[in-house]
This record gives sequence, C-alpha cells and structure tokens, in this order.
Amino acid sequence: MLTLQNVSAGYGETVVLESLNLELATGESLSVIGRNGVGKSTLLATIMGHTELHGGAIALNGQDISSASIHHRARAGLGYVPQEREIFPSLTVRENLEIAARPGPWTMDRVMERFPQLVERQSNQGNQLSGGEQQMLSIGRALMGNPSVLLMDEPSEGLAPVIVEELQKALSALRDAEGLTIILVEQNAHLALDFSPRCVVMDRGTVTFDGASEELKTDAAKLDQLIGVSAS
Amino acid sequence: MTDTAAANAVDYLLKRHRFRPSEALPWVLAVAAFFVFPDYMALGTQVLIAIIFALSLDLILGYAGIVTLGHAAYFGVGAYAAGMLSAHGGWNEPLTGLVFAGACAAIVGFLSGWVLLRYHGLTLLMLTLAVAILMQEMANAAEIWTGGFDGLTGITIDPILGMFDNDLWGHHYYWYSLAVLALMFYVTRRIVYSPFGQALVGIRENVGRMHAIGSPVHRRLVTVYTISAAMAGVAGGLFAQLNAFVTLDVLDFARSGAVMIMIILGGTGRLYGAFVGATVFTILEDELAKISPEFWEFGVGLVLVLTVMFVQGGLLGLWDKVSSRWIKRSA
Repeated sequence: MLTLQNVSAGYGETVVLESLNLELATGESLSVIGRNGVGKSTLLATIMGHTELHGGAIALNGQDISSASIHHRARAGLGYVPQEREIFPSLTVRENLEIAARPGPWTMDRVMERFPQLVERQSNQGNQLSGGEQQMLSIGRALMGNPSVLLMDEPSEGLAPVIVEELQKALSALRDAEGLTIILVEQNAHLALDFSPRCVVMDRGTVTFDGASEELKTDAAKLDQLIGVSAS
Repeated sequence: MTDTAAANAVDYLLKRHRFRPSEALPWVLAVAAFFVFPDYMALGTQVLIAIIFALSLDLILGYAGIVTLGHAAYFGVGAYAAGMLSAHGGWNEPLTGLVFAGACAAIVGFLSGWVLLRYHGLTLLMLTLAVAILMQEMANAAEIWTGGFDGLTGITIDPILGMFDNDLWGHHYYWYSLAVLALMFYVTRRIVYSPFGQALVGIRENVGRMHAIGSPVHRRLVTVYTISAAMAGVAGGLFAQLNAFVTLDVLDFARSGAVMIMIILGGTGRLYGAFVGATVFTILEDELAKISPEFWEFGVGLVLVLTVMFVQGGLLGLWDKVSSRWIKRSA
C-alpha cells in the first residue's frame, strides 16, 4: 500500500528524516510517537510532498510518487489532516467539505453521518467553529477526497479532554469500520497506543521502534526509555 | 443522515444559489437612472463599463486573491481588438465585435496567466505591471495597426441589432451596456457560487491546503484569470464601440490603478462591491473634475484613504455594519 524506502528528507538543505524505512498494508493503522522535534510531522509532510526529498523513494499502491506534485499525491489517494487544521475560515462547513469532494464512497452524507456534530453547524463559517468541531471538519474534509491512506498530524492537540475522548471514538470507528489505511502522529502516547495495534517510535529523524503497541503499553520503562514519558 | 439533516442540506444548497430580493436593488436603480437622469446617459454608460471592468478584477482579486497592477492590459486588448476589427477588418457588427474583443483578451490572458501565475507576492505584482507596459509599448510600436500615439480612428459601428445606433444622448448604448453587464454579472455569479468558485476562495485563503486536497491550483488560477481577462476585454470592446476611438490610455497604468481603487472602495470579493465602487469612483471623478480639473485625483485619493482607514470591507462593508447595528437595535 504505502512504502518508504531509505527516505531522507527535510526543509531546504536541512535534513530531518534520515534513511527512514516504513511499510504499511492496506487497511492497516499505524501510530507514530516520539519526543518533540524528532521528525514525526516531517514524516507526514514528506509523504505528502511538502518537504524536499533528498534520497530514497515513496510508493503508493505500487506507484512511485517520490517526484509527484502535492495535488497529484492527493489525487493518487493520500488524505492529509494537518496539525493546524487549516479550515477555510470564510467558507461554511458544507463548503469546506464540498471543496475537497472527489468521487468515491465518502460522500457529504457519509461524512455528516460519521461526524454528526457537523450537521447542525453546516451553515456556519469555518471561523465560527470550536477547536473540536474544526478538527472533525478537517478530518471530514480529508475523507471527502476519498483517500486510500489518511495521514493525521496530532489531531488531539489543543483540545479539551472531553473532546479528545469524542475524537478518539470517531478515529476508532474510522479505523474499524472503513478499512482505511491510517497513519496517526500523536504527542498523546495513550491515545496513540490505544488507537493502533502497531506503533512506530521516532528519534532524530529515524525509526527506533516498530512493533506492537501492546508491548509499549505494558512496559512503561521501555516507553519511558524511547520517548522519555511514562505511559502509566 | 437523518431526514431533517438531508432536508437542511437541500435547503442550504437552494439558498446559496437563490437570487435574493435585495439583489434586485442595483438593477432597479440602473433602470430608474435612465428615467430620472436622461441627460446623463453618457456618464451612465461609462459607469456600466467601469462596473464590468471592476467585476472582472473582483473575480481574480476578491475571490482568487490574485493581486494585479496590470489589469488594463486586457481592457486595452479588448478595446484595440474591437476597434481594429472595424477600422481594418471592416467588420462593424457590434455584438460579434464584443465577442471578438473578449476572445482576444482571453487568449492574451491565458498566455500571460500561464506564466505569471507560477509566481506570487511582489514578483507577481511586478510581472502583471510588466505585461501591461509591454502591451502598451507593442500598441505604440504597431502604429500602422493601432494608430500609435495618435490613437486608432476609423471605427464605425453598425446599429445594435440593426436598429439602435449610437445616439447623441447615449440612450441606446446605456441599454446595450446594461444588457452586457447583466450577462457578465450572471456569468460571474454562477462562477462564484459554483464549486469552482469555492475552490478559488480556498486558494485565496490557503493555497497550500488546496494543493493538499488535490486541487489543481495553477490550472484553476489560469482558468479564472482567462475568464477575467475575457470580461475585461468585453468592457474594453464596449468602450471602443462607444467612443469609436482608442488611444494608448486604455492600456495605461492609471487605468489598472483606477479599477483597483474601484474594487477597494466598493469592497472586494462581494460581487456588488464592483457596482458600488465603480459608480462612486466614476461619479466622483466626473464631479470633482468639474470643480477642479487639475486636482480631482486628490478628492478620489482622500475618499480611498478614508475608506481603507475606517471602513473594513469597503463601502459595502460599511453598509453591512450600519444595517446589522440597526437590526440589533430594533430587535
């Protein structure tokens, strides 16, 4: 489905990811955790084509997309939920969704069904939404493009605990019911490890752990050693 | 999705495209102006042409966020195309002349837009200015076709639909220009409320995000730029047919600046901002020039400065503020 082979990438001359290898199967979900500044967001940005690829190759569904432009990658099946949400402020909720619509199983009705909070707010402008609603909208907008791989960059950031709980439920439903391939980058280790059975830990631009989330959930010392934060 | 939600969605879509009663106001005023000020129809026609030109700029500036200082290039191409078609081609039918003017401007808009719109910010601003200057220099150099500095003469336009000639009082051309404006407005309104129009707003607000959701940004920008150029060309064509004379002024930087001022005065990205801005600007220009032929620009400049400093969103923004306060108070 999605393969990264010896990927080195960064911003301009600065290299952030170094010889990174990663492989995801269709329908698989993956959580990416790590300390601040280790390259988690850069990983998603690189898959999406926002950074400069210094070496290696990225393939989606067997097709090399290493040199494809951002909008071609999106059309090839990548959906991206950015950390800052980046809702179009002067468009309504419905327009924010419509703007990204591409043919496929994800329609306006299905997105509204998955995120019922958006139904009542569909005529509101993007800048009139709460942080949680904006996050739902950002995910919904990515789904409207009918991606085969969904990349989510710290969706829980800045949200109240009760909203994070709601978000967690929505993400789990996406993972279980829709058969999407999902990469979730998260600072919140609990959320990340609960979300996906497979987990990747990054440090200094490379993968230092790729294995079962359960292993880290039950071994607080190892998690602490890997990311410096106890899971207990 | 529940039945209520589905019904809401349908209602929402219908509402978005629906012609609101308040939208009839400018058209009623335009028709009323003909009967109330029959002696000012020449000025009225100039206002209508300015609205078409301003509307074309609003489409790219207000909706797609393309800032340009060279929009007169397309107005000028349209004016010269319509003029030369008559003066050198001997084709004097006005409606096809306008189509020709729009098509020529669209071609120039497409070719220049394809290159220009790969850039943004100050580079784009300077390149748009350069295109207008280049067009003006080309028109000056091609004297044998354009009349150069002396202007293009010999334009003879047949009566509109074979019946309505360019009368001394400008009555026929007022209706002609109003009909063309209505058509241009209809096209613009359809574009603005279409998914393509939403994509333009998305590009204006966050171009990076539009790339990431799979939108072919450059293609969309070139498309809207070409449409806008065609509209500006139609405005230029009307201008040439009305005056039966075209000079290098049609490509001048002052014209690009004036249309920008019109849009800022009226309010960008609001459709009717072009109506308000172009009307206020043209009437101010006319009235202030009567008071002081040398310093009329000072008055226009002052109004612009006051608008920019104190009224966010132009004069229509002011209207929104006042009306919403009034509604709040009466509630």
